[in-house]
Amino acid sequence: MGKKLLIHNDKVANIHTLEVYRAHGGYASVEKALKTMTPDQVTDEVKKSGLRGRGGAGFPTGMKWSFLAKPEGVNRYLVCNADESEPGTFKDRYLMEKIPHALIEGMITSSYALGAKSSYIYIRGEYFYVARIVEKAIAEAYAAGWLGKNILGTDFSHDCYVQVGGGAYICGEETALLESLEGKRGNPRIKPPFPAVAGLWGCPTVVNNVETIAAVVPIVNDGGEEYAKIGIGKSTGTKLISASGHINKPGVYEIELGIPVEEFIYSEEYCGGIRNGKKMKAVVAGGSSVPILPTELILKTAKGEPRLMTYESLSDGGFATGTMLGSGGFIVMDEDTSIVKNLFTFSRFYHHESCGQCSPCREGTGWMEKILKKFLNGTANESDVDLLWDIQSKIEGKTICPLGEAAAWPVAAAIRHFKQEFLDVARNKKFVDVSHYNRLNKINA
Amino acid sequence: MSSQVHGTQHFDKAKRAEVKFSDEAMNVVQTIISHYPEGKQKSALLPVLHVAQAEFGGWLSPEVMDYVASILKIKPIEVFEVASFYTMYNLKPMGKCVLEVCQTSSCWLNGAEDIVKYIEKKLNIKVGETTADGMFSLKVAECLGSCGTAPMLQCGASYHENLTYEKVDKILADYKSEGKLRSYTDHDYKNTL
Repeated sequence: MGKKLLIHNDKVANIHTLEVYRAHGGYASVEKALKTMTPDQVTDEVKKSGLRGRGGAGFPTGMKWSFLAKPEGVNRYLVCNADESEPGTFKDRYLMEKIPHALIEGMITSSYALGAKSSYIYIRGEYFYVARIVEKAIAEAYAAGWLGKNILGTDFSHDCYVQVGGGAYICGEETALLESLEGKRGNPRIKPPFPAVAGLWGCPTVVNNVETIAAVVPIVNDGGEEYAKIGIGKSTGTKLISASGHINKPGVYEIELGIPVEEFIYSEEYCGGIRNGKKMKAVVAGGSSVPILPTELILKTAKGEPRLMTYESLSDGGFATGTMLGSGGFIVMDEDTSIVKNLFTFSRFYHHESCGQCSPCREGTGWMEKILKKFLNGTANESDVDLLWDIQSKIEGKTICPLGEAAAWPVAAAIRHFKQEFLDVARNKKFVDVSHYNRLNKINA
Repeated sequence: MSSQVHGTQHFDKAKRAEVKFSDEAMNVVQTIISHYPEGKQKSALLPVLHVAQAEFGGWLSPEVMDYVASILKIKPIEVFEVASFYTMYNLKPMGKCVLEVCQTSSCWLNGAEDIVKYIEKKLNIKVGETTADGMFSLKVAECLGSCGTAPMLQCGASYHENLTYEKVDKILADYKSEGKLRSYTDHDYKNTL
């Protein structure tokens, strides 16, 4: 049984209330930080921990914090990215719904380190009921003095607010999120300047994922070195994985980074293997944007080594034979799954979510969706496979924000590893969705 | 991004004069505005549009958008450009209960298309349409963060997960007998696993 630092108390009755959360050691990191540490000392612990952004990019958090500009007399902000919209990802929702105070505690301790007088938790609009739960927890925190003026009688005052979005995946991109927080369309900004220099309302801002901020709590409580003892190499600590698809036990799992992928998929402690006695065909390991891999390449690297749940191991081989840990949105597909159809649902998604600023993304995502629809209609030609490859290569690297890459990579990976399937559909001039009976069985179960 | 098509909207001055938040809604709006520094009240726009949509029948007419602009002291176009960008804002009247079935990856892998077809058959409407009695609208949505409990649908603030045909029957029956507008801002949301 791996160590859990974030959702170890998720089954405790009423852990969403301040009273029960506090009784289980909650808000200890606020006491420790405010009373015994300087803000820089808190940042040092985060640096020592090796914590990396848990939203998907995996950027070292301590380093991001140290980039924060600190001009005199200018407000600094911490913004929590709770826009969770990457297909396959539902871990932040779980954490906020079950243990909202874990996030709030992390916000306070992190804001102390950053010198932020106020912070915002930007929650995707569809999670409105989750926003209500977090708002209720914030009210409890204010009533008990964990938020507001002079917390614990120190000089540190802090206000924390929930902001709901309106439905836009692009607002998970940090600059688009800031635009949305300013009351505008979610159009990403060109970087530089980075939010650390000019973010919310032009002020120095750090944007961090929900899980990243929640991880600050055990890091401050136990120390960064202790956190870094878990994991392998540059993948330290624990990660929340949201597992879904054709597995026996879908759900949110907190894993120690470094466990084998095979164990995660087949062990009863985690996903419990493929349901209905089927064989696994492919996995999208870190949310729809990361390359899909066939079974042999998700379980082992191209060199034949067992693949581990770490940033490095999953990326081994680059995109030629590897993928990414990403958001931890782990989607498992069985032998009857049409890779072509799954790619179509991804491409439809990216087209819908493109903000429209950049021509390669705006036009390219629509074009790729149209071509994939031809495959499903049985009107595609074999040359359409080459056309898809060509289009995605002309989007990648040519846009203001990474949604371009996110739309291009799944197309490239699906063709790279499953080209024959695309060619067969084109040659047969007919598309049959054989996994149909499998899904119906589950619905009527 | 919203996939609704927008032509020029007809603006009715008489209707505009009638648009007014209730005291309760105005309190909520002022609380939201207080979250931001002086002069940054435009940041309240997205949350306030949710309040307005719930208050004024489940959609945002040109008159309502103009009213919101006046409350936040911004230009009407600033409201329209936001309302037309984000998927959750309806720019035309919808049914009382908007059923949004997720259709992306894990939901598709677990039968979302069958759920959509089932609802189309039961309600005798197609995706994007509203029932004749104004009770239900059917939409498809992109990933709603419920992949582990797929297939699922959202209606207002409620998430209905691990759907079966029987569960869909019950949702439709329950909502029909309640007969009221379901908004994202509802406090009486039901979440089912």
